[in-house]
Amino acid sequence: MSKEGWQDLPIGGLILEGGTATKYITGDWRSLRPVWDKDKCISCLNCWIYCPDSSVLVEDEKMTGIDYDHCKGCGICASECPPKVQAIKMVTEAEFRK
Amino acid sequence: MEKLFEIRWHGRGGQGAKTAAILFADAALGEGKYIQAFPEYGPERMGAPVQAFNRLSDEPITLHCGVDSPDVVVVLDPSLIETIDVTQGLKQNGVILINTNQEPKVMKDKLPNFGGKLWTVDASTISKQELGQEIPNTPMLGALIKATNLLNFERMLEDTHKKLTKKFKSKPEVIDGNINSIKRAYQEVKGE
Amino acid sequence: MRVAKTGNEAMAEAMRQINPDVVAAYPITPATEIVQIFSSFVADGLVNTEFIAAESEHSAMSACIGSCAAGARTMTSTSSQGLALMWEMLYIASGLRMPIVLAEVNRALSSPINIHCDHSDTMGARDSGWIQIYCENAQEAYDSLIQAVRIAEEALLPIMVSTDGFIISHGMESMEVLEDAQVKDFIGEYKPEHSLLDIDHPITIGAIDFTDYYFEHKRQTIEAMRNAKGIVAKIGQEFGEKFGRSYGFFEEYRLEDAEIAIVVLGSTAGTAKVVVDELRETGLKPGKGIKAGLLRLRLFRPFPYQELAQALSRIPRIAVMDRSDSLNSAGGPVFTEIRSALYDLDTRPKIVNYIYGLGGRNIDLAQIRSVYEDLATNKTDELVRYLGVRE
Repeated sequence: MSKEGWQDLPIGGLILEGGTATKYITGDWRSLRPVWDKDKCISCLNCWIYCPDSSVLVEDEKMTGIDYDHCKGCGICASECPPKVQAIKMVTEAEFRK
Repeated sequence: MEKLFEIRWHGRGGQGAKTAAILFADAALGEGKYIQAFPEYGPERMGAPVQAFNRLSDEPITLHCGVDSPDVVVVLDPSLIETIDVTQGLKQNGVILINTNQEPKVMKDKLPNFGGKLWTVDASTISKQELGQEIPNTPMLGALIKATNLLNFERMLEDTHKKLTKKFKSKPEVIDGNINSIKRAYQEVKGE
Repeated sequence: MRVAKTGNEAMAEAMRQINPDVVAAYPITPATEIVQIFSSFVADGLVNTEFIAAESEHSAMSACIGSCAAGARTMTSTSSQGLALMWEMLYIASGLRMPIVLAEVNRALSSPINIHCDHSDTMGARDSGWIQIYCENAQEAYDSLIQAVRIAEEALLPIMVSTDGFIISHGMESMEVLEDAQVKDFIGEYKPEHSLLDIDHPITIGAIDFTDYYFEHKRQTIEAMRNAKGIVAKIGQEFGEKFGRSYGFFEEYRLEDAEIAIVVLGSTAGTAKVVVDELRETGLKPGKGIKAGLLRLRLFRPFPYQELAQALSRIPRIAVMDRSDSLNSAGGPVFTEIRSALYDLDTRPKIVNYIYGLGGRNIDLAQIRSVYEDLATNKTDELVRYLGVRE
C-alpha cells in the first residue's frame, strides 16, 4: 500500500476523524479463535463486559457473535464464560486455515 | 548634563536602596530623561550591604554592564562607611551624599582618600519626624537633587505629588509627609 | 507613551495586553515576577485568562499543550532549571505544532547552582523545535512577545522570547508601551483550524508514529521552521510600519564598512555598541579610529544562515561571543553555527570564539574592547578564548 508523503499528511500527526481504530484490522494477530455456540449461550454478557477489544457483538441485549476483524484471540471471553455454560471454546486458527 | 550620568546607592538589605534608585529614575523619566535603575543581586539578607544603580542620559542608553565608576555615590546607612569602601571607582570630581547627623567635615575625615565634594543630610531623623517612621530613601531624593542639580526640583516635587496622590488617595498624611521630607532634605543638606 | 519598566514588568504588561485564554506556569527566579505580576492582573479582573498554577514546570508545559490542543491561545513563562524540567514537553509541543508562547528569562543551568544570566538554558533547547528570539532590552522583550503570538500562530510552532536574567529582567529602563487596543488589533483573534473541543469534528492528537510515519511528520516540522523565517521577517516589518520599531533576524550596527566585528546576543550587544562608537572615534590609541562593527543576532531558531553569511562575508575578522559553552571542546553554540554558515563563502572571514559571562559574570566595556583589540592586532591564533575568567 502506498502511503502519503509529508506534504500530504495532516500536520502534527493529527488524525482528522473519529473512530479510526475500526479501520485497523487486528484480527490477523490471532492464533486462537473463540468459537461461540449459540445454543449453549445464555447471554449473560460476561464476555462482552470483559472483552478488551470490544469484539463481542450484541444486539438487543443478546449476544449475536464475534467480530473476527478485531478479535486478537486473547481468550478472556472463554475464560469468563460461566463454567456451567461453556459457550465459547478457543480453537487454533490452523483448524480454520486448512 | 554630561552624556551619561551614573549613580551608585549603598544601603543595607531592607533599607530601600533599590526603591530609592527606582524612585529617582522615575522622577528623571518625568523630566524626559532616559533612565536605568537596577540592583546588584546577591544573597538577599536583611541588613547585609547592598548596592543599587542608576544611569541617566538625554540619549537612549544601551549600556548593560555594571556601574564601575559612578559620578555620584549615595550612602543610606552611615555605618557602611566603616565596613566597605564607598568611594571605590568614584570619579575624581565625583560627589558623595551620606545620610547622617554628622557634619560633612566629620565624614570627610573618615574618607581621607576622597577629594571630591561631600554632602550630608539627616534623612533618618527627617523621615521619622515627617513620616513617623525611618524611611530615609524618600528624603534622600531631595538631597540628591540639591547635591547634583540633575533634575529640576520644583518639577520633581510636582511629579512626585501627582504619583503619591494616585497611590495614597485615602491617606493625605502620607502624601504631605513624603513631600515635606523631600523639601526638608533639599533645604537641610550640607556640602563641603 | 514612555514609561519605566523592568524586563519582567514589560513582559507581564505585554501578556496583559495580549490577554491569552490560558496561562499555566510555575515560578522560578528570575522569571517569577512575570507570572506573579500577571496573576495579579488575573485577580484584578484585568484579563479574561484562565490561570493555572501548576505544581512543576513539567506540568505547566503539559497544561499548556493541553489547552493549546483545546484551541486556546496559551502562554507561559520560565527560566533555567524550569525550562530544563519542561524538556520532554518542549519537544511534544513543537511536534504537535502547538503555537505556545513562552516568556523566558535566561539563567545559568546548575550545577553549580546559580541564579544569574547566561544562555545555557535556552541554548540547550535549541533543537527542540521552538522558535527562539533573544532580546537586547525591555523594549524589545515587550515588542517581541507581542509579535511572538502572531509568529507562533502563523508558523504553527511554539516560540520562546528571552531576556538576560537580572540584567534585563530586573533592570528598570525607559521604554514605550502601546495602547491596549493597538495590541489587540495587531494580534487579532486566534482561530485554530482544529480543536479538541470541537466535538462536531473529532480529532486525535498525539497518536503513535512507527517507522512508517515519524520521519514524514518531522519533515513537516523542519519545513515549518524554514517557513518561520519569512513569518518572523514579515511580522517584524509590519510591527515597524505600525508602531515605528522594526525587527529583523539580526541588527547590524556600523557593520557596513567594518574591518573587525563582534557577533553577540542579548543585552551585551548594547554595551558593545558603546565600545564600537569609542573605537570608531578614538581607536586603540587616541587619534586613529578603527572600523569596528557589531552584529546582534536576535533570531537563533530558525537560524538565518544565508543572511548571516551575506552580512558577514565582507568582514575579514570576526569574533563570536557566546554566553554559554557547548562543552564540545570546540566553542559555543552561536560560534559553531555561524562558522558553519560562512563555510560556503568564496573568501571566508577569520572567525574566533569568546565564551563570556557564564553564571552572570559581569561583561564590561574593557572586556569587549579587548576582543576588538585582539581582532585588530590579528591575535586570532586561538579558536576559543574565555573572557573574564580567573586563570
